[in-house]
Amino acid sequence: MTLGRFLLGRLIALVVTLLLASLAVYGALYLAPGTPISFLTRGRTVTPEELAAIKARYFLDEGFLSQYGHWIAGVLHGDFGTSIIGKAPVLSLLGGRALNTFMLVAFASIIILVIGLTVGITAGLKRGWLDRTLMVGATGAMAIPAFVAAIVLVLIFAVNLRWFPVFGAGDSLSDRLYHLVLPGVALALASVAYVARLTRAAVRTEADSDHVQTAVSRGLPRGAVISRHVLRNAMIPIVTVAGLTIGSLIAGAVVIEQVFQLNGLGSYLVQAVGQKDFPVVQAIVLILVAVFIVLNTVVDVLYAVLDPRISAGRQAA
Amino acid sequence: MSILAVQSASPEPVEMPTSSAGRRHRVGVGTWIALGILVFFMLVALFGPLLVSTDPSSISLMDSFGPPQPGHPLGFDGEGRDLFARLVYGARSSMLGPILVVLISTLLGGSIALSAAWIGGAYDAVVARVIDALFAFPGLLLAILAVSLVGPGLLAASIALSIGYTPYVARIIRSAALQERSLPYVSALTVQGLGGTSVVLRHILPNVSGIIVAAATLSYGYALIDLAALSFIGLGVQPPASDWGVMVANGIPGLLQGYPQASLYASACIVLVVGAVNFLGDRLTEAAEGGR
Repeated sequence: MTLGRFLLGRLIALVVTLLLASLAVYGALYLAPGTPISFLTRGRTVTPEELAAIKARYFLDEGFLSQYGHWIAGVLHGDFGTSIIGKAPVLSLLGGRALNTFMLVAFASIIILVIGLTVGITAGLKRGWLDRTLMVGATGAMAIPAFVAAIVLVLIFAVNLRWFPVFGAGDSLSDRLYHLVLPGVALALASVAYVARLTRAAVRTEADSDHVQTAVSRGLPRGAVISRHVLRNAMIPIVTVAGLTIGSLIAGAVVIEQVFQLNGLGSYLVQAVGQKDFPVVQAIVLILVAVFIVLNTVVDVLYAVLDPRISAGRQAA
Repeated sequence: MSILAVQSASPEPVEMPTSSAGRRHRVGVGTWIALGILVFFMLVALFGPLLVSTDPSSISLMDSFGPPQPGHPLGFDGEGRDLFARLVYGARSSMLGPILVVLISTLLGGSIALSAAWIGGAYDAVVARVIDALFAFPGLLLAILAVSLVGPGLLAASIALSIGYTPYVARIIRSAALQERSLPYVSALTVQGLGGTSVVLRHILPNVSGIIVAAATLSYGYALIDLAALSFIGLGVQPPASDWGVMVANGIPGLLQGYPQASLYASACIVLVVGAVNFLGDRLTEAAEGGR
């Protein structure tokens, strides 16, 4: 019952946050210098018909909230407007690119979870030189921005060793995965280090805790202690941070797609900013923000499922 | 790992490797090195351009990818511009730009956090929910949105980035201020008739200042990366002006031809500074938490 109410609360919070975020993305139009209409048509000669079309599309003759209402209603029906440059519905321009971005982020997430957790758990359980070496490496890796990692990887593995292609997205599925190796690693690197450090800290805290010492002193096998007492409890903070970290990949993907010319949402966003194609900018920012907020909620819910105290505690609070 | 230790519910906290109770007042070699790197690059950013007379934007195709020579210690990039001068001039925007982000987000986040922790009730609940919802929101996206509105450049992007960082800062300060608020001395001060503003500003604020400095230091590193990334994708500092992010991007064609110097030198500067800042931020966090 408490979990049900907790989920309902999170769902309501999710909808409110999404609405506020979309309001901010839409309202950004009014923060631009000049009037919205001059901003939307900036630097271009438009025919009176096009002007009328933009006015009608953005309902610029009505009040702000009413404009927003029309816009968000359109968005909910999959209508993100028309690209000023591409002269096509924005949604039709996003489809394939969204898949490229999704594959990149998913690939990087897998790297983060597999390597970050392995390194973190190893370092957390084994004290000594291995732990120290891994943590020094992780601390160093956290200082490497994704774009720096990208050019260094390109230099070593594409230019010098020629193991991987420099640019492009590839054609078939296996070819695409092959093309994703360097971008995926570059995007994941700093997050792998972060998740590893956090995992180590969480595992170490649990391993040192009283209940684990009790379990050990009662003679439970080491494997059972680690899996049921250490990892189960350590997973709670790890899931949260890993989830948030994967959310932050969404922004990192913008930069990485640009380096490797992957033609995803991120590189299209940068291109649209350069071409002053605001409907496309608005749509991509809104989609990325929405994905981020939904991901955050999923992490929050997962947190409550893993740790029943959370939903119960919030209930009482 | 004796049973005795488990049974006697010892009041001492379990010893954890990261808690620095014993090391708190000892400043390690690493801290000095990190501080040295940071101070060095700060000085370069502030005074370097006054001392280096070579024009970082002067193009000389004769020297394209030229090796180091007297007066040009690092050689030249693809356009024959002096790499050393470009690094030094690039330090300005790369090092000083993030300071604005740190100032705005710390002021904004600090005010929100302290007021929420003090006022409490529904206000605090709303603030906490909003912070949670926006926590770790990619500030880079906000910065790109801002650039799309006012055009390329660092100012609008920095302000947008600050707004993106505010929840991160506010969350850390709020939790520290809440702990502080629950301590007996705060009620003692209140009972003595001290107003809320003076309790917060003159007593709670100084006591959470360690945490604030630690959070500000860490966010400086993130801001440096985000602003450099923005310049790297062409939405921040505009060529021919020099910036480390711009240098990394401009160096890519050379890197593919076997002349990676421009990209690598600028990358090394970024990694050194961010590494030093992260290290200091971690130590400051430990010190602040150990001292609480």
